Amino acid sequence: MHRNVFHCSLSPSTSSADTELINKMNLVDGVLKGNIRDIARLISVVENELPEATNAMQEIFPHTGNAYTVGFTGPPGAGKSTLVDKVTLHLCRLGKKIGIVAIDPSSPFSGGAILGDRIRMRDIVTEKDVFIRSLSTRGSMGGLSRAAGDIAKILDASGKDFVLIETVGVGQDEVDIFKTADTSVLVLMPGAGDDIQSIKAGIMEIADIFVVNKADREGADGLVTSIRQMLDLNPKPGPWRPPIVKTIATHNEGIEELFSAVSEHREFLVSSGSLAERRRERLRAEIIRLVERRVSKIIQSQIRQNGRFEELIEKVVAREDDPYSCTERIVGPLEKK
Amino acid sequence: MGKDKIIRVMVAKPGLDGHDRGAKVISRALRDAGMEVIYTGLRQTPEQIVTAALQEDVDALLLSILSGAHNHLFPKVMQLLKEKGGEDILVIGGGVIPQDDIPGLKNAGIKEVFGPGTSTEIIANYIKENVC
Repeated sequence: MHRNVFHCSLSPSTSSADTELINKMNLVDGVLKGNIRDIARLISVVENELPEATNAMQEIFPHTGNAYTVGFTGPPGAGKSTLVDKVTLHLCRLGKKIGIVAIDPSSPFSGGAILGDRIRMRDIVTEKDVFIRSLSTRGSMGGLSRAAGDIAKILDASGKDFVLIETVGVGQDEVDIFKTADTSVLVLMPGAGDDIQSIKAGIMEIADIFVVNKADREGADGLVTSIRQMLDLNPKPGPWRPPIVKTIATHNEGIEELFSAVSEHREFLVSSGSLAERRRERLRAEIIRLVERRVSKIIQSQIRQNGRFEELIEKVVAREDDPYSCTERIVGPLEKK
Repeated sequence: MGKDKIIRVMVAKPGLDGHDRGAKVISRALRDAGMEVIYTGLRQTPEQIVTAALQEDVDALLLSILSGAHNHLFPKVMQLLKEKGGEDILVIGGGVIPQDDIPGLKNAGIKEVFGPGTSTEIIANYIKENVC
């Protein structure tokens, strides 16, 4: 599909290296001081993978590790945004500072997106210590955007106590959130038409907390029972038994119970040492991912420079060669270096 | 060299106006034109709009109003944007806005006003040409 995208070319080539450095330093300083404009700008820099993004993240990183991240996922319409709004309000009343990353899917045809999660977050929009950023997946599968993890780090470094991440919920593939958040909450609602069984098994097994929202609707208790039965059938139960919390987000019901569940999970993770372990694993996975991307870029650029690539492809098309030998021809010499 | 930047716009409905069909049509059209559109929903105060626009680092802010309160609300939004460091955001207006009011709004900083019936393609092109 041809992408009909309006692009705006940003060309920093006219700035001197010194000016760029000074600009970048001020941006990071502003973030650390909690300046809204600077936080928003740095998020854009990172999301757009501008050249100064890597350096800025290098400076941001030592200031991360304080915020506790909670991920909210689940099918569309389950009420994730409303829940996030109410939970945030609750946290505000406890004097906490919160960052929210709300992710919606990009259009596969145009590359654009409608980011509408803010509509449900009316209560908290002007709270002084709440920062909300809406993101598009920009083509990423897995429910998050590529930049979501770094954006959570920026909010962390800006002084937030909690970062809440709300993902795209299509009920199938939001696995990424579980690798990014400390506590993952799966939000379901009764009568959505999907059986528990139809939701990918992987998600049901990784969620730390289950929420049955719109619990005043018919089928709520049945859904709770189904989830409980599924948990009972788990052949490999861990030490943490995910609680099932009933909420009616629009009526502000069940929010304190949900917050208690999150706090209990956090205490469990801390006391069992699992929090440190999970965070170590996340950093390990991130480093591997970054290394793989760099290596992939290097190889792709070498392939392009090589020029013989199209010839090699033609040989494979003509069945004079095969994809595996072709790969060996390309990567082999690099491996031997 | 960074990637080309996707344009981010906010479509906001200030005041007590409950007519949102136009805003939704524009939102969809701009999405189809490849932009990321943050739609705030109805009944936004100028403070809510400006806070959101800054946090979302939007390139353009589209204010839609059909209730007649534009002469009060639009300049209020512009004033807040200026106070909080958002003067570089392109602000355009839409909805039911009499021709006579447009010069006053432009004076306050609204760059252009697109009335009912304006083609969405014209609006999309205007944004593209004026944010870079």
